[in-house]
Amino acid sequence: MSDKPEGCVKPTQGPILGAIVDLESGPEIQKEVSMVQARVGKPAPDFELSAFIGGGFKNIKLSDYKGKWIVICFYPGDFTFV
Amino acid sequence: MGVTILAISTDSRFSHKIWQEEELSKMVEGGVPFPLLSDAGGRVGSIYGVYDEDAGVDIRGRFLIDPDFNIRAMEVMTPEVGRNVMELIRQVKAFQHVRTTGEVTPAGWQPGKATLKPGPDLAGKVWKVWKPDQAF
Repeated sequence: MSDKPEGCVKPTQGPILGAIVDLESGPEIQKEVSMVQARVGKPAPDFELSAFIGGGFKNIKLSDYKGKWIVICFYPGDFTFV
Repeated sequence: MGVTILAISTDSRFSHKIWQEEELSKMVEGGVPFPLLSDAGGRVGSIYGVYDEDAGVDIRGRFLIDPDFNIRAMEVMTPEVGRNVMELIRQVKAFQHVRTTGEVTPAGWQPGKATLKPGPDLAGKVWKVWKPDQAF
């Protein structure tokens, strides 16, 4: 988790493909990214994203919470109604 | 239960900050106690199957992950209906019970209700120990 000075944009790794993808295969990687990998009973696809937490910004990686029970909630947007 | 919550949308982290400060903190004192993650472009939503390319947003999807980092449950809905938090809590308790006891939980299980112990002796005999009205 980098704590560099805050800028306008903060690159993150996004999806982390790990062992699922054969890195030798080059162009195949892009194909893998667009594929749904989340299935029950299978390992959770790892990722790193920037976050707002406790009054500040930091990058959060899902696998940092490995060993705990985790709930991920996707939602359509800030300031939406439901 | 001890569950870590991560909330994710395609909004920027700056939007998350203002939403927390201007609205969420008026619903929950001090704001919601979990991080708000920014999935710009829906890159992560795409691999979780919740990114709507037409709308450019991650729709409502919830994933429960166990300590071995395996997904145990998922629920994906179009955005106009909100979640049932009690059902999520029930599922967490059920999966935690299964993990610690090896028992399994029949339909509608709640803490305190009957569980089942899988094995050859139970095959064809579930009707003796569990009735459908226990699902409600």
